[in-house]
Amino acid sequence: MLDILKSPILAIQDFCFLAGRTIRNVFRRPHYADDIFLQMDIIGIGSLPIVTLTGFFSGAVLAMQMAKALQQYGAVGQTGQLVAITLVRELGPVLTAVVVAGRNASGIASELGSMKVTEQIDAMRALGTDPVQKLVKPRLVATCAVLPLLTIIADFVGIFGGFLIAYFALNLTPAQYWNNVWQSLEYLDVSFGLAKPFAFAIIIALIGCFFGLSTTGGTQGVGRATTQAVVASMVLVFIVNFFMTRIYVSM
Amino acid sequence: MGDEQEQSVLRFDNVSLSFGDAPALRNVSFEMLAGETRIVFGAAGSGKTVLLKTALGLLKPDAGSVYVFGQEITGLPEEELFAIRSRMGVLFQEGGLFDSLTIEDNVGYPLLNQPWLHCPPDQVQARVEEALRFVELEHTLEKFPSELSGGMRRRVGIARAVVTEPRLVLYDSPTAGLDPITAYTIIALIVKERDVKNTTTLMATHRYQDGHFLANFRYQPAGNRLEPAGRDRAAIRTRFMVLEESRIVFEGTQAELEASNDPYLSKFVRRQE
Repeated sequence: MLDILKSPILAIQDFCFLAGRTIRNVFRRPHYADDIFLQMDIIGIGSLPIVTLTGFFSGAVLAMQMAKALQQYGAVGQTGQLVAITLVRELGPVLTAVVVAGRNASGIASELGSMKVTEQIDAMRALGTDPVQKLVKPRLVATCAVLPLLTIIADFVGIFGGFLIAYFALNLTPAQYWNNVWQSLEYLDVSFGLAKPFAFAIIIALIGCFFGLSTTGGTQGVGRATTQAVVASMVLVFIVNFFMTRIYVSM
Repeated sequence: MGDEQEQSVLRFDNVSLSFGDAPALRNVSFEMLAGETRIVFGAAGSGKTVLLKTALGLLKPDAGSVYVFGQEITGLPEEELFAIRSRMGVLFQEGGLFDSLTIEDNVGYPLLNQPWLHCPPDQVQARVEEALRFVELEHTLEKFPSELSGGMRRRVGIARAVVTEPRLVLYDSPTAGLDPITAYTIIALIVKERDVKNTTTLMATHRYQDGHFLANFRYQPAGNRLEPAGRDRAAIRTRFMVLEESRIVFEGTQAELEASNDPYLSKFVRRQE
Protein backbone atom coordinates (compact mmCIF):
# COMPACT_ATOMS: atom_id res chain seq x y z
CA MET A 1 0.00 0.00 0.00
CA LEU A 2 2.77 2.41 0.98
CA ASP A 3 4.52 1.54 -2.27
CA ILE A 4 2.34 4.12 -4.01
CA LEU A 5 4.01 6.82 -1.94
CA LYS A 6 7.51 5.53 -2.56
CA SER A 7 8.18 7.07 -5.96
CA PRO A 8 6.81 10.58 -5.23
CA ILE A 9 8.75 10.76 -1.97
CA LEU A 10 11.88 9.56 -3.75
CA ALA A 11 11.34 12.21 -6.42
CA ILE A 12 10.97 14.93 -3.77
CA GLN A 13 14.16 13.71 -2.11
CA ASP A 14 16.05 13.77 -5.41
CA PHE A 15 14.69 17.24 -6.13
CA CYS A 16 15.89 18.48 -2.74
CA PHE A 17 19.33 16.99 -3.38
CA LEU A 18 19.52 18.72 -6.75
CA ALA A 19 18.31 22.02 -5.27
CA GLY A 20 20.82 21.75 -2.41
CA ARG A 21 23.73 20.95 -4.71
CA THR A 22 22.84 23.75 -7.09
CA ILE A 23 22.46 26.39 -4.42
CA ARG A 24 25.71 25.25 -2.78
CA ASN A 25 27.42 25.55 -6.15
CA VAL A 26 26.12 29.03 -6.96
CA PHE A 27 29.18 30.75 -5.47
CA ARG A 28 31.66 28.02 -6.38
CA ARG A 29 33.92 28.06 -9.37
CA PRO A 30 33.84 27.40 -12.30
CA HIS A 31 31.10 29.87 -13.21
CA TYR A 32 30.59 29.36 -16.96
CA ALA A 33 29.64 33.03 -17.51
CA ASP A 34 29.03 32.41 -21.23
CA ASP A 35 26.34 29.88 -20.43
CA ILE A 36 24.71 32.25 -17.94
CA PHE A 37 24.50 35.06 -20.52
CA LEU A 38 23.26 32.67 -23.19
CA GLN A 39 20.47 31.49 -20.90
CA MET A 40 19.61 35.08 -19.91
CA ASP A 41 19.20 35.82 -23.60
CA ILE A 42 17.06 32.73 -24.24
CA ILE A 43 14.88 33.16 -21.16
CA GLY A 44 14.83 36.94 -20.80
CA ILE A 45 14.90 38.40 -24.29
CA GLY A 46 13.10 35.36 -25.67
CA SER A 47 10.17 35.76 -23.28
CA LEU A 48 9.93 39.53 -23.66
CA PRO A 49 7.31 39.69 -26.46
CA ILE A 50 4.89 37.25 -24.86
CA VAL A 51 5.36 38.74 -21.38
CA THR A 52 4.68 42.23 -22.74
CA LEU A 53 1.55 41.10 -24.57
CA THR A 54 0.22 39.20 -21.57
CA GLY A 55 0.90 42.14 -19.28
CA PHE A 56 -0.71 44.68 -21.61
CA PHE A 57 -3.93 42.79 -22.15
CA SER A 58 -4.38 41.81 -18.51
CA GLY A 59 -3.92 45.44 -17.51
CA ALA A 60 -6.46 46.59 -20.10
CA VAL A 61 -8.98 43.90 -19.11
CA LEU A 62 -8.54 44.74 -15.44
CA ALA A 63 -9.26 48.41 -16.10
CA MET A 64 -12.47 47.57 -17.97
CA GLN A 65 -13.74 45.16 -15.34
CA MET A 66 -12.78 47.34 -12.39
CA ALA A 67 -14.36 50.44 -13.94
CA LYS A 68 -17.63 48.54 -14.39
CA ALA A 69 -17.62 47.53 -10.72
CA LEU A 70 -16.50 50.95 -9.49
CA GLN A 71 -19.24 52.68 -11.48
CA GLN A 72 -21.82 51.34 -9.03
CA TYR A 73 -20.14 53.37 -6.30
CA GLY A 74 -19.41 56.32 -8.50
CA ALA A 75 -15.68 55.74 -8.02
CA VAL A 76 -14.44 55.23 -11.59
CA GLY A 77 -11.61 57.64 -10.73
CA GLN A 78 -10.07 54.93 -8.53
CA THR A 79 -9.49 52.58 -11.49
CA GLY A 80 -5.75 53.26 -11.55
CA GLN A 81 -5.40 52.25 -7.94
CA LEU A 82 -7.10 48.89 -8.44
CA VAL A 83 -5.22 48.09 -11.63
CA ALA A 84 -1.86 48.96 -10.10
CA ILE A 85 -2.37 47.06 -6.86
CA THR A 86 -3.72 43.94 -8.53
CA LEU A 87 -0.94 43.90 -11.10
CA VAL A 88 2.00 44.68 -8.86
CA ARG A 89 0.93 42.43 -6.00
CA GLU A 90 -0.50 39.43 -7.82
CA LEU A 91 -1.14 39.30 -11.52
CA GLY A 92 2.19 40.67 -12.71
CA PRO A 93 4.38 38.17 -10.84
CA VAL A 94 2.05 35.20 -11.30
CA LEU A 95 1.19 35.72 -14.96
CA THR A 96 4.80 36.36 -15.89
CA ALA A 97 5.91 33.27 -13.98
CA VAL A 98 3.22 31.14 -15.62
CA VAL A 99 4.17 32.35 -19.08
CA VAL A 100 7.88 31.80 -18.44
CA ALA A 101 7.13 28.40 -16.90
CA GLY A 102 5.22 27.38 -20.00
CA ARG A 103 7.96 28.62 -22.26
CA ASN A 104 11.16 27.87 -20.36
CA ALA A 105 10.50 25.09 -17.85
CA SER A 106 9.45 23.07 -20.89
CA GLY A 107 12.44 24.26 -22.92
CA ILE A 108 14.88 23.42 -20.14
CA ALA A 109 13.31 20.02 -19.47
CA SER A 110 13.27 18.99 -23.12
CA GLU A 111 16.83 20.17 -23.78
CA LEU A 112 18.29 18.46 -20.71
CA GLY A 113 16.06 15.43 -21.26
CA SER A 114 17.35 14.99 -24.81
CA MET A 115 20.90 15.31 -23.54
CA LYS A 116 20.15 12.69 -20.90
CA VAL A 117 18.74 10.09 -23.28
CA THR A 118 21.55 10.56 -25.80
CA GLU A 119 24.18 10.03 -23.06
CA GLN A 120 25.44 13.61 -23.33
CA ILE A 121 25.01 14.09 -19.58
CA ASP A 122 27.07 10.96 -18.94
CA ALA A 123 29.66 12.15 -21.45
CA MET A 124 29.82 15.48 -19.66
CA ARG A 125 30.53 13.78 -16.35
CA ALA A 126 33.02 11.42 -17.97
CA LEU A 127 34.87 14.40 -19.48
CA GLY A 128 35.30 16.25 -16.22
CA THR A 129 32.31 18.59 -15.94
CA ASP A 130 29.67 18.57 -13.27
CA PRO A 131 26.28 18.87 -15.05
CA VAL A 132 24.94 20.78 -12.03
CA GLN A 133 27.63 23.44 -12.54
CA LYS A 134 27.50 23.48 -16.31
CA LEU A 135 23.77 23.08 -16.97
CA VAL A 136 21.67 23.69 -13.86
CA LYS A 137 23.50 26.64 -12.30
CA PRO A 138 23.49 28.87 -15.40
CA ARG A 139 19.76 28.25 -15.88
CA LEU A 140 19.01 29.00 -12.24
CA VAL A 141 21.12 32.15 -12.11
CA ALA A 142 19.76 33.40 -15.44
CA THR A 143 16.12 32.80 -14.51
CA CYS A 144 16.57 34.47 -11.10
CA ALA A 145 18.13 37.47 -12.80
CA VAL A 146 15.60 37.96 -15.58
CA LEU A 147 12.25 36.96 -14.08
CA PRO A 148 12.05 39.97 -11.68
CA LEU A 149 12.99 42.23 -14.60
CA LEU A 150 10.35 40.67 -16.83
CA THR A 151 7.84 41.16 -14.03
CA ILE A 152 8.68 44.86 -13.77
CA ILE A 153 8.12 45.21 -17.50
CA ALA A 154 4.85 43.25 -17.34
CA ASP A 155 3.66 45.41 -14.42
CA PHE A 156 4.46 48.63 -16.22
CA VAL A 157 3.01 47.60 -19.57
CA GLY A 158 -0.10 46.35 -17.75
CA ILE A 159 -0.59 49.65 -15.95
CA PHE A 160 -0.07 51.39 -19.27
CA GLY A 161 -2.72 49.12 -20.84
CA GLY A 162 -5.05 50.12 -18.04
CA PHE A 163 -4.26 53.77 -18.75
CA LEU A 164 -5.24 53.47 -22.40
CA ILE A 165 -8.65 52.10 -21.35
CA ALA A 166 -8.98 54.78 -18.65
CA TYR A 167 -8.10 57.57 -21.06
CA PHE A 168 -10.02 56.50 -24.14
CA ALA A 169 -12.98 54.56 -22.74
CA LEU A 170 -13.46 55.99 -19.25
CA ASN A 171 -12.48 59.58 -20.05
CA LEU A 172 -10.10 59.92 -17.10
CA THR A 173 -7.29 62.45 -17.42
CA PRO A 174 -3.70 61.11 -17.47
CA ALA A 175 -2.91 63.00 -14.25
CA GLN A 176 -5.90 61.47 -12.53
CA TYR A 177 -4.91 57.94 -13.50
CA TRP A 178 -1.17 58.12 -12.89
CA ASN A 179 -1.48 60.01 -9.58
CA ASN A 180 -3.91 57.40 -8.43
CA VAL A 181 -1.49 54.63 -9.46
CA TRP A 182 1.50 56.29 -7.84
CA GLN A 183 -0.19 56.98 -4.52
CA SER A 184 -1.70 53.53 -4.16
CA LEU A 185 1.60 51.64 -4.30
CA GLU A 186 3.63 51.17 -1.14
CA TYR A 187 7.17 49.95 -0.69
CA LEU A 188 5.90 46.67 0.69
CA ASP A 189 3.90 46.05 -2.50
CA VAL A 190 6.91 46.65 -4.66
CA SER A 191 9.30 44.56 -2.56
CA PHE A 192 6.85 41.64 -2.39
CA GLY A 193 6.12 42.09 -6.06
CA LEU A 194 9.82 41.48 -6.70
CA ALA A 195 10.43 38.81 -4.05
CA LYS A 196 7.73 36.68 -5.63
CA PRO A 197 9.28 36.42 -9.12
CA PHE A 198 12.60 35.62 -7.48
CA ALA A 199 11.04 32.66 -5.68
CA PHE A 200 9.14 31.62 -8.82
CA ALA A 201 12.38 31.74 -10.82
CA ILE A 202 13.97 29.23 -8.47
CA ILE A 203 10.96 26.94 -8.91
CA ILE A 204 10.85 27.21 -12.71
CA ALA A 205 14.58 26.66 -13.27
CA LEU A 206 15.03 23.86 -10.75
CA ILE A 207 11.86 21.99 -11.72
CA GLY A 208 12.77 22.21 -15.40
CA CYS A 209 16.28 20.94 -14.73
CA PHE A 210 15.09 18.25 -12.35
CA PHE A 211 12.60 16.71 -14.78
CA GLY A 212 15.11 17.05 -17.62
CA LEU A 213 17.91 15.33 -15.74
CA SER A 214 15.68 12.53 -14.47
CA THR A 215 14.36 11.67 -17.95
CA THR A 216 14.34 7.98 -18.81
CA GLY A 217 12.87 6.06 -21.70
CA GLY A 218 14.00 7.67 -24.95
CA THR A 219 12.15 10.34 -26.89
CA GLN A 220 8.83 9.43 -25.29
CA GLY A 221 10.46 10.10 -21.93
CA VAL A 222 11.54 13.56 -23.11
CA GLY A 223 7.94 14.41 -23.95
CA ARG A 224 6.76 13.16 -20.58
CA ALA A 225 9.46 15.10 -18.72
CA THR A 226 8.52 18.29 -20.58
CA THR A 227 4.84 18.01 -19.71
CA GLN A 228 5.57 17.15 -16.09
CA ALA A 229 7.95 20.10 -15.77
CA VAL A 230 5.35 22.59 -17.00
CA VAL A 231 2.54 21.18 -14.86
CA ALA A 232 4.67 20.88 -11.72
CA SER A 233 6.24 24.32 -12.02
CA MET A 234 2.89 26.04 -12.64
CA VAL A 235 1.19 24.29 -9.73
CA LEU A 236 4.12 25.12 -7.46
CA VAL A 237 4.07 28.76 -8.57
CA PHE A 238 0.41 29.04 -7.50
CA ILE A 239 1.00 27.25 -4.18
CA VAL A 240 4.06 29.31 -3.28
CA ASN A 241 2.21 32.46 -4.33
CA PHE A 242 -0.58 31.58 -1.89
CA PHE A 243 1.84 31.24 1.02
CA MET A 244 3.78 34.37 0.12
CA THR A 245 0.54 36.34 -0.08
CA ARG A 246 -0.42 34.88 3.29
CA ILE A 247 2.83 36.25 4.76
CA TYR A 248 2.22 39.59 3.02
CA VAL A 249 -1.26 40.14 4.40
CA SER A 250 -0.13 39.30 7.93
CA MET A 251 2.60 41.97 7.79
CA MET B 1 58.53 -2.61 -17.79
CA GLY B 2 57.65 -5.93 -16.22
CA ASP B 3 56.09 -4.18 -13.23
CA GLU B 4 53.98 -1.92 -15.36
CA GLN B 5 52.67 -4.87 -17.33
CA GLU B 6 51.37 -6.47 -14.15
CA GLN B 7 49.73 -3.30 -12.85
CA SER B 8 46.00 -3.59 -12.21
CA VAL B 9 44.13 -1.02 -14.28
CA LEU B 10 40.56 -1.96 -13.56
CA ARG B 11 39.21 -4.36 -10.97
CA PHE B 12 35.64 -5.27 -10.10
CA ASP B 13 35.23 -7.03 -6.80
CA ASN B 14 31.84 -8.69 -6.37
CA VAL B 15 29.97 -5.72 -7.82
CA SER B 16 26.18 -5.76 -7.79
CA LEU B 17 23.90 -3.03 -9.02
CA SER B 18 20.17 -2.85 -9.63
CA PHE B 19 17.64 -0.33 -10.88
CA GLY B 20 14.65 -0.71 -8.59
CA ASP B 21 13.85 -4.41 -8.67
CA ALA B 22 15.70 -5.11 -11.91
CA PRO B 23 19.27 -6.29 -11.38
CA ALA B 24 21.79 -4.76 -13.80
CA LEU B 25 24.97 -6.42 -12.50
CA ARG B 26 25.13 -9.45 -10.24
CA ASN B 27 28.34 -10.33 -8.34
CA VAL B 28 30.62 -9.21 -11.16
CA SER B 29 34.32 -9.76 -10.45
CA PHE B 30 37.25 -9.43 -12.85
CA GLU B 31 40.61 -7.75 -13.10
CA MET B 32 42.27 -6.06 -16.06
CA LEU B 33 46.03 -5.58 -16.20
CA ALA B 34 47.89 -2.81 -17.99
CA GLY B 35 48.25 -3.42 -21.71
CA GLU B 36 45.44 -5.95 -21.79
CA THR B 37 42.62 -6.02 -24.33
CA ARG B 38 39.32 -7.21 -22.97
CA ILE B 39 36.20 -7.93 -24.99
CA VAL B 40 32.84 -8.06 -23.27
CA PHE B 41 30.15 -9.92 -25.21
CA GLY B 42 26.52 -9.87 -24.25
CA ALA B 43 23.03 -9.57 -25.68
CA ALA B 44 21.15 -6.28 -25.42
CA GLY B 45 20.23 -5.60 -21.80
CA SER B 46 22.82 -8.02 -20.42
CA GLY B 47 24.58 -5.22 -18.52
CA LYS B 48 27.43 -4.21 -20.84
CA THR B 49 26.72 -0.48 -20.71
CA VAL B 50 26.09 -0.58 -16.96
CA LEU B 51 29.44 -2.33 -16.48
CA LEU B 52 31.25 0.41 -18.40
CA LYS B 53 29.43 3.22 -16.61
CA THR B 54 30.21 1.62 -13.26
CA ALA B 55 33.88 1.47 -14.22
CA LEU B 56 33.76 5.22 -14.89
CA GLY B 57 32.02 5.88 -11.58
CA LEU B 58 28.95 7.25 -13.40
CA LEU B 59 26.86 4.62 -11.63
CA LYS B 60 27.42 3.63 -8.02
CA PRO B 61 27.32 -0.08 -7.19
CA ASP B 62 24.89 -1.25 -4.50
CA ALA B 63 27.49 -3.72 -3.24
CA GLY B 64 31.11 -4.58 -3.95
CA SER B 65 34.06 -2.39 -4.93
CA VAL B 66 35.52 -0.99 -8.12
CA TYR B 67 39.23 -0.17 -8.36
CA VAL B 68 40.64 1.99 -11.14
CA PHE B 69 44.44 2.28 -11.45
CA GLY B 70 44.62 0.52 -8.09
CA GLN B 71 42.46 3.11 -6.32
CA GLU B 72 39.04 2.29 -4.96
CA ILE B 73 36.47 4.62 -6.54
CA THR B 74 33.31 3.23 -4.97
CA GLY B 75 32.80 5.83 -2.27
CA LEU B 76 34.60 8.75 -3.88
CA PRO B 77 32.82 12.11 -4.29
CA GLU B 78 32.31 13.37 -7.84
CA GLU B 79 35.15 15.93 -7.60
CA GLU B 80 37.73 13.23 -6.90
CA LEU B 81 36.29 10.99 -9.59
CA PHE B 82 37.01 13.71 -12.17
CA ALA B 83 40.74 13.33 -11.51
CA ILE B 84 40.56 9.58 -12.15
CA ARG B 85 38.29 9.95 -15.17
CA SER B 86 40.79 12.33 -16.75
CA ARG B 87 43.04 9.27 -17.23
CA MET B 88 40.27 7.24 -18.87
CA GLY B 89 38.72 7.64 -22.28
CA VAL B 90 35.24 6.53 -23.22
CA LEU B 91 33.23 6.13 -26.40
CA PHE B 92 29.52 6.02 -25.68
CA GLN B 93 27.18 3.86 -27.69
CA GLU B 94 25.79 6.64 -29.88
CA GLY B 95 28.97 8.68 -29.59
CA GLY B 96 27.54 10.95 -26.87
CA LEU B 97 28.66 14.08 -28.74
CA PHE B 98 27.32 17.45 -27.54
CA ASP B 99 25.06 18.57 -30.37
CA SER B 100 25.24 22.22 -29.40
CA LEU B 101 29.02 22.28 -29.97
CA THR B 102 31.08 22.04 -33.15
CA ILE B 103 33.29 19.01 -33.77
CA GLU B 104 36.32 21.08 -32.79
CA ASP B 105 34.73 22.11 -29.48
CA ASN B 106 33.53 18.57 -28.83
CA VAL B 107 37.00 17.09 -29.21
CA GLY B 108 38.59 19.96 -27.30
CA TYR B 109 36.04 19.69 -24.47
CA PRO B 110 37.99 17.26 -22.24
CA LEU B 111 41.19 19.27 -22.71
CA LEU B 112 39.51 22.51 -21.64
CA ASN B 113 37.37 21.09 -18.86
CA GLN B 114 39.68 18.70 -17.06
CA PRO B 115 41.98 20.84 -14.95
CA TRP B 116 43.89 17.69 -13.92
CA LEU B 117 45.26 17.35 -17.43
CA HIS B 118 47.06 20.71 -17.22
CA CYS B 119 46.69 21.24 -20.93
CA PRO B 120 47.90 24.75 -21.87
CA PRO B 121 45.13 26.56 -23.81
CA ASP B 122 47.45 27.31 -26.73
CA GLN B 123 48.01 23.59 -27.30
CA VAL B 124 44.34 22.66 -27.42
CA GLN B 125 43.91 23.46 -31.10
CA ALA B 126 46.94 21.41 -32.13
CA ARG B 127 45.90 18.41 -30.07
CA VAL B 128 42.33 18.55 -31.37
CA GLU B 129 43.59 18.58 -34.94
CA GLU B 130 45.95 15.72 -34.21
CA ALA B 131 43.15 13.63 -32.69
CA LEU B 132 40.89 14.34 -35.65
CA ARG B 133 43.68 13.47 -38.06
CA PHE B 134 44.01 10.18 -36.19
CA VAL B 135 40.40 9.33 -37.12
CA GLU B 136 40.84 10.95 -40.56
CA LEU B 137 38.21 13.63 -40.00
CA GLU B 138 40.40 16.73 -39.83
CA HIS B 139 38.20 18.47 -42.42
CA THR B 140 35.12 18.52 -40.14
CA LEU B 141 36.36 20.99 -37.48
CA GLU B 142 33.61 23.57 -38.05
CA LYS B 143 30.75 21.12 -38.56
CA PHE B 144 28.11 20.16 -36.01
CA PRO B 145 27.48 16.53 -35.01
CA SER B 146 24.07 16.58 -36.73
CA GLU B 147 25.81 17.21 -40.07
CA LEU B 148 27.84 14.00 -39.84
CA SER B 149 26.87 10.40 -40.57
CA GLY B 150 26.54 7.84 -37.76
CA GLY B 151 29.94 6.33 -38.50
CA MET B 152 31.62 9.73 -38.60
CA ARG B 153 30.05 10.68 -35.27
CA ARG B 154 31.44 7.49 -33.79
CA ARG B 155 34.89 8.40 -35.15
CA VAL B 156 34.65 11.88 -33.63
CA GLY B 157 33.68 10.13 -30.40
CA ILE B 158 36.87 8.09 -30.60
CA ALA B 159 38.89 11.25 -31.25
CA ARG B 160 37.34 12.85 -28.17
CA ALA B 161 38.03 9.73 -26.09
CA VAL B 162 41.70 9.55 -27.02
CA VAL B 163 42.61 13.26 -27.29
CA THR B 164 43.65 13.24 -23.63
CA GLU B 165 45.94 10.23 -24.24
CA PRO B 166 44.27 8.09 -21.59
CA ARG B 167 45.83 4.86 -20.35
CA LEU B 168 42.52 3.04 -20.36
CA VAL B 169 39.87 3.41 -23.07
CA LEU B 170 36.35 2.01 -22.79
CA TYR B 171 34.26 1.42 -25.90
CA ASP B 172 30.53 0.84 -25.55
CA SER B 173 29.18 -1.11 -28.55
CA PRO B 174 31.26 0.92 -31.01
CA THR B 175 29.80 -0.87 -34.05
CA ALA B 176 26.13 -1.05 -33.02
CA GLY B 177 23.83 0.00 -35.84
CA LEU B 178 26.59 0.49 -38.42
CA ASP B 179 27.01 -1.21 -41.79
CA PRO B 180 29.84 -3.78 -42.03
CA ILE B 181 32.23 -1.47 -43.88
CA THR B 182 31.84 1.41 -41.44
CA ALA B 183 32.02 -1.06 -38.54
CA TYR B 184 35.35 -2.28 -39.88
CA THR B 185 36.65 1.31 -40.05
CA ILE B 186 35.73 1.82 -36.40
CA ILE B 187 37.35 -1.43 -35.26
CA ALA B 188 40.48 -0.59 -37.27
CA LEU B 189 40.67 2.72 -35.42
CA ILE B 190 40.33 0.98 -32.07
CA VAL B 191 43.16 -1.43 -32.98
CA LYS B 192 45.23 1.51 -34.23
CA GLU B 193 44.73 3.44 -30.99
CA ARG B 194 45.66 0.37 -28.96
CA ASP B 195 48.82 -0.45 -30.90
CA VAL B 196 50.06 3.08 -31.50
CA LYS B 197 49.43 4.49 -28.03
CA ASN B 198 49.68 1.19 -26.17
CA THR B 199 46.42 1.73 -24.30
CA THR B 200 44.57 -0.80 -22.23
CA THR B 201 41.31 -1.46 -24.04
CA LEU B 202 37.92 -2.59 -22.80
CA MET B 203 35.31 -3.06 -25.50
CA ALA B 204 31.69 -4.11 -25.04
CA THR B 205 30.06 -5.49 -28.17
CA HIS B 206 27.56 -8.01 -29.42
CA ARG B 207 29.47 -8.79 -32.63
CA TYR B 208 31.95 -11.64 -32.56
CA GLN B 209 33.99 -10.26 -35.50
CA ASP B 210 34.83 -7.14 -33.48
CA GLY B 211 36.44 -9.24 -30.76
CA HIS B 212 38.11 -11.46 -33.33
CA PHE B 213 39.73 -8.44 -35.00
CA LEU B 214 41.00 -7.04 -31.74
CA ALA B 215 42.45 -10.38 -30.67
CA ASN B 216 44.12 -11.38 -33.93
CA PHE B 217 45.05 -8.25 -35.85
CA ARG B 218 47.66 -5.59 -35.35
CA TYR B 219 48.02 -2.13 -36.81
CA GLN B 220 50.79 -1.74 -39.39
CA PRO B 221 51.88 1.91 -39.45
CA ALA B 222 53.73 1.36 -42.74
CA GLY B 223 50.61 0.57 -44.74
CA ASN B 224 48.13 2.29 -42.37
CA ARG B 225 46.09 -0.91 -42.22
CA LEU B 226 45.44 -3.99 -40.13
CA GLU B 227 47.38 -7.19 -40.61
CA PRO B 228 46.99 -10.60 -39.04
CA ALA B 229 49.15 -10.70 -35.95
CA GLY B 230 50.41 -14.22 -36.70
CA ARG B 231 52.99 -15.18 -34.15
CA ASP B 232 52.60 -11.84 -32.32
CA ARG B 233 49.14 -12.91 -31.37
CA ALA B 234 50.15 -13.92 -27.84
CA ALA B 235 51.57 -10.42 -27.27
CA ILE B 236 48.15 -8.81 -27.64
CA ARG B 237 46.90 -10.55 -24.49
CA THR B 238 43.21 -10.57 -25.21
CA ARG B 239 40.69 -11.83 -22.69
CA PHE B 240 37.06 -12.48 -23.50
CA MET B 241 34.18 -12.10 -21.14
CA VAL B 242 30.52 -12.96 -21.72
CA LEU B 243 27.64 -11.38 -19.81
CA GLU B 244 24.28 -13.08 -19.58
CA GLU B 245 21.45 -11.48 -17.63
CA SER B 246 23.78 -9.28 -15.56
CA ARG B 247 26.20 -12.11 -14.69
CA ILE B 248 29.59 -13.04 -16.05
CA VAL B 249 29.09 -16.52 -17.49
CA PHE B 250 32.48 -16.86 -19.20
CA GLU B 251 35.94 -15.44 -18.83
CA GLY B 252 38.94 -16.74 -20.75
CA THR B 253 40.80 -16.78 -24.04
CA GLN B 254 39.35 -16.91 -27.52
CA ALA B 255 40.28 -20.58 -27.87
CA GLU B 256 38.45 -21.44 -24.67
CA LEU B 257 35.42 -19.46 -25.81
CA GLU B 258 35.35 -21.22 -29.18
CA ALA B 259 35.71 -24.61 -27.51
CA SER B 260 32.70 -24.06 -25.27
CA ASN B 261 29.52 -25.99 -25.96
CA ASP B 262 27.29 -23.73 -23.92
CA PRO B 263 24.36 -22.72 -26.15
CA TYR B 264 24.40 -19.04 -25.06
CA LEU B 265 28.14 -18.73 -25.67
CA SER B 266 28.02 -20.41 -29.06
CA LYS B 267 25.48 -17.80 -30.18
CA PHE B 268 28.29 -15.24 -30.09
CA VAL B 269 31.00 -17.39 -31.57
CA ARG B 270 31.36 -17.51 -35.33
CA ARG B 271 34.09 -19.96 -36.04
CA GLN B 272 36.53 -18.71 -38.65
CA GLU B 273 36.76 -20.65 -41.87
